[in-house]
Amino acid sequence: MFFEISLRHRIGDRELVFDLASDEPLTAIVGVSGAGKTTILNCVAGLLRPDEGRIAIAGETLFDNASGVDIPPEKRRAGYVFQDARLFPHMKVAANLAYGEKLARGGDRWISRDRVIDLLGIGNLLARYPANLSGGEVRRVAIGRALLSGPRFLLLDEPMASLDAGRAEIMRQLIEQIRDELALPTLLVSHDRAEVERLAGRVVSLD
Amino acid sequence: MLSELEWAVVGLSLKVSLAAVLLTLPVAYGLAWLLARRRFPGIVLLDALVHLPLVVPPVVTGWLLLVLFGRNGTIGAWLESAFGITLVFNWTGAALAAAVMALPLMVRAMRLSIEAVDRRLVDAARSLGANRWRAFATITLPLSMPGIAAGATLGFARSLGEFGATITFASNLAGQTRTLPLAIYSGLQVPGAEEQVARLAVISILLSLAALLLSEWLVRRSAGRRAHVL
Repeated sequence: MFFEISLRHRIGDRELVFDLASDEPLTAIVGVSGAGKTTILNCVAGLLRPDEGRIAIAGETLFDNASGVDIPPEKRRAGYVFQDARLFPHMKVAANLAYGEKLARGGDRWISRDRVIDLLGIGNLLARYPANLSGGEVRRVAIGRALLSGPRFLLLDEPMASLDAGRAEIMRQLIEQIRDELALPTLLVSHDRAEVERLAGRVVSLD
Repeated sequence: MLSELEWAVVGLSLKVSLAAVLLTLPVAYGLAWLLARRRFPGIVLLDALVHLPLVVPPVVTGWLLLVLFGRNGTIGAWLESAFGITLVFNWTGAALAAAVMALPLMVRAMRLSIEAVDRRLVDAARSLGANRWRAFATITLPLSMPGIAAGATLGFARSLGEFGATITFASNLAGQTRTLPLAIYSGLQVPGAEEQVARLAVISILLSLAALLLSEWLVRRSAGRRAHVL
């Protein structure tokens, strides 16, 4: 099973309850904004501790409050591409890309920097600071940074949002390419069902 | 230019202020980080304690230091018997007094800049494989550098001007604890030293101005033209 997620988490006066068992390498979660999609990704990445539940990706348990398992975020090997990218503003693109790569153990790196740069078409951006990139460029660099950290799985938060139609289509093709060529379990979150139906083998909705 | 006596006073002032800032820097940054990033019971009390030297009369701070670090003080007696260190009547005592007085200003400047560092960048670093310490060292620390520079300058300028706590705790001893403000005060106590006082006052204004300009330059160089201390 690629994704086994079952969690319960209280945010203010609302309770988020989510259950997913999926064997599709690319699984999408859709829901209106505020439904708790990003909360789920944060729980999977280990940046947020759910009140209770169990999270396992590709057979490895990352969190299980029943047995006291809670792997720290730096050891979960999540390739998390945030909606707001979160490139490090004080580092050039090259240093952003190298950040996770340097931290990954040799055996965990499964893709080379050249391959990532080629795949994402970001070779001309390496010497720039994030402040000087366009929205689409920022997102591609964020994907590259995540891939280079040697992840076991990808978390994509609204990868097409706020891109114009042309750039969204390029992003969609890129995700297809990652799905087909890199065969990486990927959990994708979107507010737009139509946008992800072509991509994902399974779409679950969150309400 | 400067007389031998003036050089001695300036040299001592710089030595005391530099020591005070270096001593306070890690402590102030640690406190600033705690106050900016952690929520724990007693945080309001800690915040108030850090700010105390800013609002309490400096003489009282000096008296408290005397009670704690004087030769018969709780910590002072122990320091003397265990290590043979005496802080009163000594430049190290002047540095300690300046450090305590500079602490709140340094913590304030650093806390603001740590709060301005987006926590979500730290989360991103963690998800890329950085443990807490590495995320701190590669994200929070460099991005809060302008606050560290600002805090260090403010602390340095405050230390150069420190008077009340120093004279109370470390006393006014030529060559040991007589920094610029104390030398000016001493000059005012004797007739005929008006020119000496004026010269020392101008020196202390120039030193403070130089410290401010230096830190402004450092911050602009490290954080770009938009950042500023002043």
